[in-house]
Amino acid sequence: QKVSVEVLDHLEHLALVDFRDSEGVERLQKAIEFADQLHEVNTDGVEPMDSVLEDRCLYLREDDVTEGNCTKELLENAREKVEEYFVAPPGNIPLPKLEE
Amino acid sequence: LAPWIPVVGLEIHAQISSNSKLFSGSQVQFAAPPNSLVSFFDASLPGTLPVLNRRCVEAAVMTGLALNCSINKKSLFDRKHYFYADLPAGYQITQQRVPIAVNGSLSYSLCIDNKMSQMVTKTVRIKQIQLEQDSGKSLHDDTRCQTLVDLNRAGVGLMEVVMEPDMCCGEEAAAAVRELQLILQTLGSSQAVMAEGQLRVDANVSVHHPGEPYGVRTEVKNINSIRFLAKAVDYEIQRQIEELENGGTILNETRAFDSRLGCTVPMRDKEGKQDYRFMPEPNLPPLILYDAKSLPANINHQQVINIDWIHERLPDLPSVKREKLVEQYGILPEHSFTLLNEDGLAEFFESVVKQTQMKPKKVIGWILNDLLSYLKQHSLTVKESPVTSFLLADLLNLLEKKEISSTAAKRVFAELWKGEGKTPLEIVKEQKLELLQDQKELEQICQAVIDGQENE
Repeated sequence: QKVSVEVLDHLEHLALVDFRDSEGVERLQKAIEFADQLHEVNTDGVEPMDSVLEDRCLYLREDDVTEGNCTKELLENAREKVEEYFVAPPGNIPLPKLEE
Repeated sequence: LAPWIPVVGLEIHAQISSNSKLFSGSQVQFAAPPNSLVSFFDASLPGTLPVLNRRCVEAAVMTGLALNCSINKKSLFDRKHYFYADLPAGYQITQQRVPIAVNGSLSYSLCIDNKMSQMVTKTVRIKQIQLEQDSGKSLHDDTRCQTLVDLNRAGVGLMEVVMEPDMCCGEEAAAAVRELQLILQTLGSSQAVMAEGQLRVDANVSVHHPGEPYGVRTEVKNINSIRFLAKAVDYEIQRQIEELENGGTILNETRAFDSRLGCTVPMRDKEGKQDYRFMPEPNLPPLILYDAKSLPANINHQQVINIDWIHERLPDLPSVKREKLVEQYGILPEHSFTLLNEDGLAEFFESVVKQTQMKPKKVIGWILNDLLSYLKQHSLTVKESPVTSFLLADLLNLLEKKEISSTAAKRVFAELWKGEGKTPLEIVKEQKLELLQDQKELEQICQAVIDGQENE
């Protein structure tokens, strides 16, 4: 089962990955086949485990102010800034659609 | 023409009233220098992890209990992915699979025919309440074609309250949200001030003919007040009806309410159907809550949240407060609504009642007709009233003891409003408003008038 152009396009938009060339797409296809092996296991009546942390205790923090006030440090990472604001393009720039 | 049934559901985001954010220790505060209330986690720098704020969980449990929900003793956190400049991580941590509270209800009241005297009670089902992160704020600079991003709000705790489509018009939606707002403020779980973005409402609207399936729904956003909520919903219902009656179709889209024009317009930046790629939040184990029965024996109290403990400490909800006011003071139900609708008014009323011999049923008239209308005319809150409960009680005592007439009392009230520091008694003396009680004096005056008539 091949991965269609629409699915590839959709994936690239969602995850901002670039499958680039046919080799990349091949690799994606092989990865899907590899993961499909999971379907061979019978999981009827088994509660899905979605985290290895499921038996751990979720730590609860007290509602105290302990962080923040590091504007300068944070803005050091920004390529552009305006008066302590980060600067971004006016909206999401749409990715061009795949041609193939 | 066949009748239309409008269907309205609401998604309400209430900012949790807490000192620090949902998953980090940076401060929650409305106005602050840009990006000053931002931790490394909030800025999504690599290597940072979410740490859940206990207070936020308690706020959600309180709210769930107040809305008659079942509290899920085990709830889960998920990631909701989408790209936007004010969401630095590229995903929002929310509760999509198993939220903290489900299946509740909210009762609210409406006046029929705009008459305060006839109120009807309605109920809306609460589908669920979930904990989630707020995003940062984007300021659009169209002239320079850029967006300025402030992450102070990024990561603030939100409770999303989902109301089922049990409402049918703007008035119902507004009344339901108003009651929710009062409940949240009473609990203290959110200050719920819409003007400060602490309460945000999105409406889902559709119309259909009786007996037919529900129509395509649109989502209406950018509603900034309860008044605008009613307008936006009613406009959208009308728009959809007109569109369909003219043979058009309704698109499943997101529209923004334009308060200036009083209409809804399609929102440009929504790119078709979003695929949020929900996945479990890998850095957070399930959230486990306890009750009296399930409380483990040797526990660290700070690490455990007991639902029953919270339940026992819930304050009186607005509906209970209203009942108590009606029962205790013999006022009408609609009076109790007005008292609770104005911040501090119920306390003012009770304070006056304590300090005067006048019956509460008479006092309420002065509170709702005189005090409240003056406050509204001058756009003042109860706290800002130049007439204190002490002064009003003083005035009402003079009236009750028949030392002045009610007409005179109204004049004194107007004078008190000027806030010149005079007591009611001083004003009465100044303006000679005392009622004459002396029989002889009255006879003399009457005789003088009669004599004056005879001489003409």
